[in-house]
Amino acid sequence: MSNRVVITGLGVVSPNGVGISAFLDAIQKGVSGIKFMPHYRELNFSCQVAGMPTFDWGSLKNYISDVTFHGLKGTNIGYGLAAALDAWVDSGMSYDTDEPRWETGCIFGNSIADTEAMKNVISKVDNKEARKLGSRVVEQAMNSGVTSYISGRLGLGNKVITNSAACATGTQAILMGYEYVKHGYAKRMLVGSAEHVDTYVYGAFDSMRVLSRKFNDEPEKASRPMSATAGGFVPGSGAGALVLEDLDFALARNARIYAEVLGGSTNSGGQRQGGTMTAANSTSVKRCIAEAMFTAGINGADIDLVSGHLTATNADRQEIINWTEALGRAGDDFPLTNSLKSMIGHALSAAGSIETVASVLQIVHNFVHPNINLDDPNPEITNLIGLERLPVKMIKKEVNIVAKANFGFGDVNSCLILSKYK
Amino acid sequence: MTREEILNELKKVIAPYTTNKEMLAGIDDNTDLIKDLKINSANLVDIIIDAEAKYDIEIDYDSADKMVNVGNCVDVINEKLKEK
Repeated sequence: MSNRVVITGLGVVSPNGVGISAFLDAIQKGVSGIKFMPHYRELNFSCQVAGMPTFDWGSLKNYISDVTFHGLKGTNIGYGLAAALDAWVDSGMSYDTDEPRWETGCIFGNSIADTEAMKNVISKVDNKEARKLGSRVVEQAMNSGVTSYISGRLGLGNKVITNSAACATGTQAILMGYEYVKHGYAKRMLVGSAEHVDTYVYGAFDSMRVLSRKFNDEPEKASRPMSATAGGFVPGSGAGALVLEDLDFALARNARIYAEVLGGSTNSGGQRQGGTMTAANSTSVKRCIAEAMFTAGINGADIDLVSGHLTATNADRQEIINWTEALGRAGDDFPLTNSLKSMIGHALSAAGSIETVASVLQIVHNFVHPNINLDDPNPEITNLIGLERLPVKMIKKEVNIVAKANFGFGDVNSCLILSKYK
Repeated sequence: MTREEILNELKKVIAPYTTNKEMLAGIDDNTDLIKDLKINSANLVDIIIDAEAKYDIEIDYDSADKMVNVGNCVDVINEKLKEK
C-alpha cells in the first residue's frame, strides 16, 4: 500500500520574514535577515552577526491561552508553535477539537532546549532554590517540548515524535512524516522543525572557528555561500512547518494543494570514508541523493532546482562535486542552484524546514530565488558548474521538481524530492 | 491582614493560571481551584510559589496539600503570616 503525499499547509518564522507572505516577498527580493548583535561584541565573539527573526513574543497569545503563555520561556518552542499553527490554519483546519484527531500526527525536530532560559534554572538550583522553579520548567527543557505544545494545542492523536539530526533535522522530519502518510500509518502529519541559536550554543560554534567573522560591520554581506570570500556560516534562528496529507484525504475535503512530496531519503556516512563527526562522507551524500531520486521515480535530468545545504564554509565545493556526481550533470547542464542561507544564515535544525517551505513556494509561484552576496563566486565551484546556474537575481520560470538536501553533524544526510502537483 | 484583604490579593496570584476570568471575579471560600477555576493541577505548585514570594512566607508540603479551595488557601496564608 502506497499513497501519494501532498503539501496542504505552510508556516514559517524566518529571520527575513515572519509568516508566509512576508517570507515569500523577502526571498523573491533577496532580502537579508542577518543583523549585527551588539551583545556578541561585548562577549568577544569572533562572529557578531546572526539571523534573528523579528518575532513579536506577545503574538503567541493569538495561538495559545494566556495561561499557557504565562511562563513560556523557550524561544524555540515559541517559534515552532507559531510556524506549526500557521501551517495548520493555512491548510484550512481549525484549532479546536474535543476528541483527539486520531488520523493526524506530528513530527517536529529541534536541537536543544533554550539554554538561555535554562540558565535561570541552573542558577536557582545552584542557589539552593530548586523549590522555586515551578511546574513549567520540565516541559520546556525536554527535547519533546515543541511537539508537546503543538500536538496539545491541536489535539493530535496519531504519532507524535521529536527528531533530532543536527542540520539534517528539518528535512528528516518532513521525510518521516511523508513516509508515515505514504505507507498509510497516518492520514495527515504536521511536520517541521525549530531552532533558537541562543548565546551559549552560538558561543560554542564560535569557538569551533566555523562562523563568518569578517563581515561584522556589514551584516547583510556576512552569509556568502559559494563565494570566494565565504569564511564560515552565520547562525540563524526560526522555524518552518508543513502539513502533509494523503492525496485522497486532502481531495475529499477540497484542500488546496501546494505541491507533492515525491520521495526522499535519509542516511549516514557512518563517520567513515572521510566522514567524521563534523564532515560528510561524500559516498553517503551521493547515495542519499540517489536513493531520494529512486524513491521519487525520477532521475537527475528531471531536476529543475537544487536547494543546497551550502552553508558558506569550505564544504560548499565538495557539496557541489557530490551533486554533480549524484545527478550526473555538470557545467551548463547543471540545474539552477540556490542557498537560502545567503539571506537567513544557517538555521541548523530549522534549516531544512524553512528551506523546504522556500522550495515549495518556488514551485507554487514559479520562480528561483536569488543567491545574494555571490558577487565573487568561488572559481573552484564555477569550474564545476556554469556561473549562470547560480542566479544572483530572481528568475521567473516554471519549477517542476526541486531536490532539497541538508547534511548534519554526526555525518547524517537527508534529501527530499518535491514536485508540482499534477 | 484581614481575610478579605488576603482574598483580594489571592485573586491576583491566581489570575495567570485560570482561563475562567468571570468565575475568578466572584470567588468565595468554597470555590475549588481545580473543579471551578479549571486550574491545571500542575499549576497549583506555581500558585504556591507565587504566594510565597508575594507574602514572603514559606508554605510547607503539608500546608500546600490543604490548599484545595479558596478558603483553605486564605487559611494557610493567614496562618503563615501570623507565624512570621
